[in-house]
Amino acid sequence: MVLGNYRKIVSARSTIPEVLKKSQDGGIVSTIFIYGLENRLLDGVIVSDNGGNFYTIPKVATTPEEVLEAAGTKYSISPNISVLKKAAREYGCEKIGVVGTPCQIRATRKLIKYPVGFRHIADKIALLIGIFCMENFPYEGLKIIVEELCGVKMDDVVKLDIGKGKFWVYTRWGETKAIKLKETHAFESSACHICTDYTAELADISTGSVGSPDGWSTVIIRTEKGEEIFNKMVEEGYFKIKPIEEVKPGLGLVEKLAKTKKDKNSKEIEHRKVLGII
Amino acid sequence: MKVVHLQLSSCCGCLISLTDTYEKLLEILNKIELVYCQTLIDVREIKECDVALVEGAVCLEDEHSIELLKEVREKAKLVVALGACASFGGITRFCKGNQPPKPVHTSFVPISKVIKVDLSIPGCPPSPEQIVNIIEAVIKGDTEYLEPFIRLSENTETCGCEIIKVVNTSRCMGCGTCSASCPTRAITMVDGKPVVNTSICIKCGVCSVQCPRIEFPKILEKLEG
Repeated sequence: MVLGNYRKIVSARSTIPEVLKKSQDGGIVSTIFIYGLENRLLDGVIVSDNGGNFYTIPKVATTPEEVLEAAGTKYSISPNISVLKKAAREYGCEKIGVVGTPCQIRATRKLIKYPVGFRHIADKIALLIGIFCMENFPYEGLKIIVEELCGVKMDDVVKLDIGKGKFWVYTRWGETKAIKLKETHAFESSACHICTDYTAELADISTGSVGSPDGWSTVIIRTEKGEEIFNKMVEEGYFKIKPIEEVKPGLGLVEKLAKTKKDKNSKEIEHRKVLGII
Repeated sequence: MKVVHLQLSSCCGCLISLTDTYEKLLEILNKIELVYCQTLIDVREIKECDVALVEGAVCLEDEHSIELLKEVREKAKLVVALGACASFGGITRFCKGNQPPKPVHTSFVPISKVIKVDLSIPGCPPSPEQIVNIIEAVIKGDTEYLEPFIRLSENTETCGCEIIKVVNTSRCMGCGTCSASCPTRAITMVDGKPVVNTSICIKCGVCSVQCPRIEFPKILEKLEG
């Protein structure tokens, strides 16, 4: 299965106006974390903050306000797992939510099963939210894309986005610049090219814009834990949902991209094996 | 299951880690029979056992330690190097003797330099949960789970440099797990990549064993729940 194991897939959109003002697409991650914190299902969440000019800083958020501050995709590497121990020890969190790229979710699953250097941490991880990811950029790579290829100063960027085969930059002056995604390939992190997980197959809930209309997100619910919290949120009106079969472009596109990543990067893995560097 | 705990040159932290499991410790003690443990029980003679947990490095100038270790190998079906010192030398790698009361005790090596080891558990100390998981897997005969530790038993060297090798072979995607796992905070994430301060690395092996890009055991591909 190219999408991993799952219980159900829907298209969803947050109903919290503050979230929608700042969120990348449907505001799924922020809304789940805010709901979790408000209802004490979570007492701390690890998110990726915008440290200014889209430089990512992993952060432990303990209030809905802090979650909101960190909303939106940054398109650069954010070592979220590096603050996991800090969340438990320094913040005293006992029900930690983690959002991460597929590779980070895999790292977390590994440390739960093999907690060699993680004393009393595994039982404190309450929810794993994965985001769809084809590849990531090192910060300087992102800067070249935005400043040199798109001609926008990092300082002026309010939103970055990838969609419809293009890399989009939105400025605070209301301008929109876009370049073909193909032009950004040279600046991708090469470590991403040996990853075959597009939809964060080991998360409790995975989400991403692909497959759903603008302003909505595709949500893959994988575990009982994920299903429980998501269903409760829908019942309480935090999300509007639509069956994935009824939206455009639909699940087919997610499957196509997941397969592309698997095929392309499996080849790269074989190539690196030949080189002896894997 | 009969278990021996043998302590050589170490701080006893690994045994303390095992006891740091609160009520779970009682559950474990119900499942095993501890037949030798210098710290916890008054038994002078090492008995035949199923599993020997050996903690600490072995001092090559201390003949008594070497003999004990060899005796344990003979009497145990399975020898587990418990913790960094037993597995890789850990902090004892920095010993150079000339200290009272045994100034000639100079050379400390991982136990696998002297005997054959079946499982190596890195960590300074390994987390309580990890030790429990391993004991439970041994009881169940879950070799699939134990696989990474079996492989590690062939290693006698490790340090933060293993993480740098991951960066050098463009495998590091910057998740930060190594940094969070390090007990001495020797690893800082800078621009999404680990920077290792080797002068405070104690060679415990935790960063490399946690790295999902060095190894990602197959059993993790099954999503539970």
